[in-house]
Amino acid sequence: MSTAGNNGRALPWALVTPALGWTLLFFVLPFIAMGFSSLTAHEGGGFTASNYSQFFTNPSYWQAMVNSLQVTAIVTVVSVLLAYPFAWILAEQVPERWQRLALMLAVLPFWTSYVVRSYSWLLVLAQNGVINRALTGSGLFSEPLQLANTRFATVTGFVHFFVMLLTLTIFANLKQLSPSYRKAAADLGAGPVRTFLHVILPLTLPGIMVGAFLTFVLCIGDYITPQILGGNNELLMPQLVMMQIGRRGDFPLASALSIILMAVVTIAYLACARWLKIERA
Amino acid sequence: MSAISASRNPLSILKSHLHAACAATALLLGAGSVAQAADLNALIWCDHSDPALLQPFEEANNVKVNVKEFEGTGAGLAIVEQSQPGDWDVMVIDSIDIPRGVEKGLFEPLPDDKLPLADMFPQVKMDGSTVVGGKRYGITEKFGYNTIGYNKTKVDPADMQSMAALTGDKYKGKVAIYDYYLPVIGMAALAIGKKTADLTEADLPALKEELLKMKANAKLVGEVTASQTALATGEVDILVGGGEWVTAGLAKENPALDFSIPKEGAVLWSQSLAMFKDSKNKDMALKFIQYVMSPEGQARLATSSCYWGMPANNKAALTDDQKKILRFDEQPGFLARAQAYPAPNADLDKKMQDMWTEMLQAK
Repeated sequence: MSTAGNNGRALPWALVTPALGWTLLFFVLPFIAMGFSSLTAHEGGGFTASNYSQFFTNPSYWQAMVNSLQVTAIVTVVSVLLAYPFAWILAEQVPERWQRLALMLAVLPFWTSYVVRSYSWLLVLAQNGVINRALTGSGLFSEPLQLANTRFATVTGFVHFFVMLLTLTIFANLKQLSPSYRKAAADLGAGPVRTFLHVILPLTLPGIMVGAFLTFVLCIGDYITPQILGGNNELLMPQLVMMQIGRRGDFPLASALSIILMAVVTIAYLACARWLKIERA
Repeated sequence: MSAISASRNPLSILKSHLHAACAATALLLGAGSVAQAADLNALIWCDHSDPALLQPFEEANNVKVNVKEFEGTGAGLAIVEQSQPGDWDVMVIDSIDIPRGVEKGLFEPLPDDKLPLADMFPQVKMDGSTVVGGKRYGITEKFGYNTIGYNKTKVDPADMQSMAALTGDKYKGKVAIYDYYLPVIGMAALAIGKKTADLTEADLPALKEELLKMKANAKLVGEVTASQTALATGEVDILVGGGEWVTAGLAKENPALDFSIPKEGAVLWSQSLAMFKDSKNKDMALKFIQYVMSPEGQARLATSSCYWGMPANNKAALTDDQKKILRFDEQPGFLARAQAYPAPNADLDKKMQDMWTEMLQAK
């Protein structure tokens, strides 16, 4: 009896051990190493908290965090606003037999290299790019607009990527909704708009939040897109982190900045989980 | 510890098993290339990964050159620190950073008598950096200028003879800045009449003011590829910090790209080769350095597909066309007006980088 009970407890642990081992090896241990490094002086070693204090006392560093949060918030909101109707059309308007093909087409951008995609956007948005040629060629503008090397370009590059990610999560959520919700709403006299606003949207909110949180996490930690498309006209946190490594090899400061960035992501997660019950998704 | 107790130690057992596994793997991997006698492991910049440079050396010496690219001395030294002693044989490094490697005990002195020092442009030997404690730890292989790169069909070349053009209104929004703080701070120093070698913390406010003026005129601040692309595609017409390393490689496709050494001067960049103290293949490492410094190796390195630059050896076997593109014959005049790359101590370096961060964040 006792042996059977032990076996019953051992099996779940055995099943979860590979995942725990993986997390320990590739997250916990590196995180501890990074934490240790962040408390070490770059020159001469020794314990110091100055890597953290620099972030709070240097306005340029602080500004990088503000920029990151602003860009991430804009990207998340715009991506949700674009992805929701897209996912809804896919789930509700496209016939079932075409949905798989439509989804495949929707995720096509994932098949190209992230770097290549960013450089492609740079060419599209450049002074002599497709958009500016169309605008000046049609006579709408006499001079090309500065689209590349701006925050707008960074946001565009991000949104292109994350709309696809959000579409997938929202589409999956929409497909899980039973048709009886809609029928019940109609029986009670609700029109399509009211049904959407009071039934469909609240029920798909967990899917939106999961996608939005993933967008937030991936966007705030991304280095490539702002580096290629932003033209360094403002720095985001990942760029600031990389800058410490390039020539000076200041890994302690880079570690401290990374941990601060991670703390912000954790706060965002706690905020999402508490207010919007993310676990329901 | 006795041999018996060591053999019973679980860690030793694990270690010996690991060694055996590694040896077996190495044998398996090596089986496909038994014809090659040895490998040479090189930490390099992208210009050394060109097969046109490496292949002749590999064939002549029956050796495989394994390369790993890095950007920035800090990143390169971090790779070395994370490797086992002996993993690397040679390294490409900013000439001014050789003392950093020597301080860490990484480099092996090089034999002066086996290197073509007499054939080098005297100004680029950089003995102040490459020779430490009377011993040579590096040799300059390639150099050039951080100066003004421009499109001569879009701007008046006469304007490019003065750095004032970079901060004036005439080319506002047509300028890109190369995203590397040391050379561009060096250019800002020249613009305000300071010598790059004499920069101190007291100069930072004036340098910052000059950098902010440049930023106000700039459309972007880009690393190598971004700034080169911006100039080549017409996104901008002027590149602050550009030089032959941007324009020469694109000369065939875009002959309108050129560079000037303005009246204030230019900043001299130079890269060196160093040999690791723990290299297990020092003879081959020296042969590699000698090959790169030879007239043929120098010509191939100077015209590498990644970026062009002036060969340090003035006997480099360049064609007349290549010499023309690199403005080889004008070098004595250029070198006379060029100033050294700023080489700040660690404290000033940090302050300069923070000043650069501030410039990037400025609206």
